[in-house]
Amino acid sequence: MEHKDNLRRVVVTGIGATTPVGGTAQQSWENLLAGKSGINSLSQEWVEQYQLPVTFAGEAFQPAAEVLAPHEAKRLDPSSQFALISAREAFADAGSPEIDPLRMSVDFATGIGGVWTLLDAFDTLKERGPRRVMPMTVPMLMPNGPAAAVGMHFGAKAGVHTAVSACASGNESIANAFHRVKSGSVDLAIAGGAEAALHPLPIASFAAMQALSKRNDDPTKASRPYDIDRDGFVMGEGAAALILEDYESAIARGATIYAEIVGAAVTSDSYHITAPDPEGEGASRAMLAALAEAEASPSDVQHVNAHATSTPVGDIAEFTALKKVFGKNVDHLVVSATKASTGHLLGGAGAIEAVFTIMALKTQTAPGTINLDNQDPEIPLNVPKTSASLNSGKIAISNSFGFGGHNAVLALR
Amino acid sequence: MAHSEADVLAGLAELVNEETGIAADLVQPEKSFTDDLDIDSISMMTIVVNAEDKFDVKIPDEEVTNLVTVKDAVDFIIGAQG
Repeated sequence: MEHKDNLRRVVVTGIGATTPVGGTAQQSWENLLAGKSGINSLSQEWVEQYQLPVTFAGEAFQPAAEVLAPHEAKRLDPSSQFALISAREAFADAGSPEIDPLRMSVDFATGIGGVWTLLDAFDTLKERGPRRVMPMTVPMLMPNGPAAAVGMHFGAKAGVHTAVSACASGNESIANAFHRVKSGSVDLAIAGGAEAALHPLPIASFAAMQALSKRNDDPTKASRPYDIDRDGFVMGEGAAALILEDYESAIARGATIYAEIVGAAVTSDSYHITAPDPEGEGASRAMLAALAEAEASPSDVQHVNAHATSTPVGDIAEFTALKKVFGKNVDHLVVSATKASTGHLLGGAGAIEAVFTIMALKTQTAPGTINLDNQDPEIPLNVPKTSASLNSGKIAISNSFGFGGHNAVLALR
Repeated sequence: MAHSEADVLAGLAELVNEETGIAADLVQPEKSFTDDLDIDSISMMTIVVNAEDKFDVKIPDEEVTNLVTVKDAVDFIIGAQG
């Protein structure tokens, strides 16, 4: 820490989101607190056509086409559309700061990339030949498309980046943006994650690996982290964005400060391509490293927005990791598993959960976790079913883990 | 069935509007796609492919660079209608 004096404090001055529970960050937060579910049966004809084993998901509460101009939407994959919508909201929420473009960067993630564009274009190639494949196909399908769309919109010239680490991508992007601002590389970073993968192929392939809940007859009850009857995760779509700024500059311009990011860490399991390390070694190491950067100890943490996807093994592995970090005090934590309401936004998950963690700190309210009818006795965490109050001054952490053994953790205050 | 010149102009204007958001009534015969309408090469190719579909004609890639103005495109499509 010898360069500590040169490092800056990093604050969140704007938030934006478009999710299965709301068209904005505020609406998503309110519906989350109200215990609403964003999960519904899918009505698209391809569900029937392909006889998909899973027939529900968390579709965006507000379709992107209602927000973007037709010619904007036309050149952007749905993942980039969501990214742009959430980033615009976040930037406006921050007061549309006037910033030197050379001091502004973007870190925007996706887990899967422009999968609709890719597969639609392949259908076109097969059915109508190469001449009908649209020239915008490659820039629309590339995984850095959302980051590029956001960067171009705001004219960010200090770097536009995309972390691709499956379901940890959103958190990894925020971690990277945080470190850019903290080190002084940039003064303002737009960070977030997006996903738009409610296409029959990803649904079929996640279902094939038995990762998804098959509760087709009761979709709003399907995402049930920590419940004894959980049977897999529920796919969701959308995006969320944060504006990260150097604390001094934010204060100088009179910005509203939501929260401070005090630490962020990324580790890898290198254990199994999809299964988490059952000992939770990599996940606990990420939590400890984020707290070490914050110069905090586990006893400073009160709230955890858990990764908690509602898979049988994943929820247990995260609990094991939490026990490693918090020891016998693990049951003092106030844990929220917000995927119960939103479903799993994959590359967007870390970003929307960061928004929820920020709102939890700002309002000193941990959101309740729905569908927790019979808590798994093997996971004796304190998971309130309805909103619970939090003390001020404590740290909250938000966990994201991804296929590939990626662990990314944010610590906020 | 062959399209009239007015049909082709109106149809092209619609394709330009869909691709770029430029108001259809700004797509006039004397306008240059690049200099006046600020249409980039990727959008131009998209418009060309969509125009092939709409008017049932072939517009070879090597011909696209000769389509400087909207009138050039209208004339080419009229001539290519066979």
